[in-house]
Amino acid sequence: MMSRKTRRLWLVVACGAGVSCATALMLVAFRSSLSFFLSPQEVIAKHPAPGMVFRLGGVVQANTVVMGTRDSRPYTTFRITDGQASIPVVFTGVLPGLFRQGQGVVTVGTMAKGDREFMADTVLAKHGASYMPAPVEQALRKAGKWNPKFGPAPNAATWDDKSPRTIEADNNG
Amino acid sequence: MPDYTGDIDARPIGAPQSKAGAWLHRFANPGRFQRLVQPILPWLTMVAFVTTVVGLVWGFFYAPADWQQGIASRIMYVHIPAAWVAMNGYAALAICSLLSIVWRHPLADIAAKEIGPVGAGFTALCLISGSLWGRPEWGTYWVWDARLTSVLILLFLYLGHMALIRAFDNPQHGYRAAAILGLVGAVNLPIIVFSVYWWNTLHQGNSISVTGPSKIYVTMLYPLIICTVGFYLAFAAMCLGRISSGIMENRARALLLARAERGGA
Repeated sequence: MMSRKTRRLWLVVACGAGVSCATALMLVAFRSSLSFFLSPQEVIAKHPAPGMVFRLGGVVQANTVVMGTRDSRPYTTFRITDGQASIPVVFTGVLPGLFRQGQGVVTVGTMAKGDREFMADTVLAKHGASYMPAPVEQALRKAGKWNPKFGPAPNAATWDDKSPRTIEADNNG
Repeated sequence: MPDYTGDIDARPIGAPQSKAGAWLHRFANPGRFQRLVQPILPWLTMVAFVTTVVGLVWGFFYAPADWQQGIASRIMYVHIPAAWVAMNGYAALAICSLLSIVWRHPLADIAAKEIGPVGAGFTALCLISGSLWGRPEWGTYWVWDARLTSVLILLFLYLGHMALIRAFDNPQHGYRAAAILGLVGAVNLPIIVFSVYWWNTLHQGNSISVTGPSKIYVTMLYPLIICTVGFYLAFAAMCLGRISSGIMENRARALLLARAERGGA
């Protein structure tokens, strides 16, 4: 015969399993709406209707950023890519400080008629999980291990405890 | 409560039946808790304070800034430890809830009651510091992405637990109800940790993981670790202090009740 404590323990375990399964099923069911943004590939596959507001996220493709002014407001055009597909974006307004080539961004807006380009009202910058002082970033760049223009930082094991001088020297070795 | 742990076979009916149970009951004894905690509490508080101040001063004034975020990256010395303490504080609350439901430990009830407000404070600190960090870097104070939303839910779980555990005239009813909430809410913890991998989020991935190297450069990592230790010690000191006074409050209430029942003034 089980003691009352053991019975309560099994009850808690069973309820825990039930609640976990219910939550997992719910999260799977709401998967698409839990994602904060669509990647270019998903946008091309789903064809959101023109006029429907959604978020488009990805990396600012290198060498596609063009900045200018229109009606005395700054405007920017660039392409957002996920490595598989890329979509041109037009944005009028002030960009966040972290915006640069190779940076992850999330833009809010609609597809223009003809499904050609994305008209963004808002641009939010993502940043990677890496934190490094400027000399380390410079050293990685000089060693040819990383150009921030082309995406996220390399494997942390190659830099997270090495002096900038060592990182640069690795290049020649 | 007498100490049965020395001689398990001599236990009376209802006393712990297993070695593990005996071990749990050993620490569930409020009197022993007081004798253990009272002497170390001032020291713990002092060490927590000094560690936190050293970590923050190191992080804010001596550690290098991030190459692209500049000075705003220093918010991480508050934000990341606060987030860790908020989550592990809830894990502690869930463990207390389990001990309360299954083993009916009075100390676990008091602990769950007193961890709530402290954990809620650290969660609020995490959300506020994150919001102030998001504005200059992301370009927004708040977005409804999975990470931010799940941490906001964590805050509501803490607040709900705080309200529920104090909502009943009979505290035992409050302890039972709040323990169920505490356990059910624990399902949110893995969601917070993995939200940045399961879904697209504006929040970046985890910089530090159990497996794999840290993505924070070593001169920024050291102050972060010190801040984290300081925050955990501060959390422990605040919780232990609150639990200690909670035990004394209960004892005072019990004494007053007993006197009132005897018909005393």
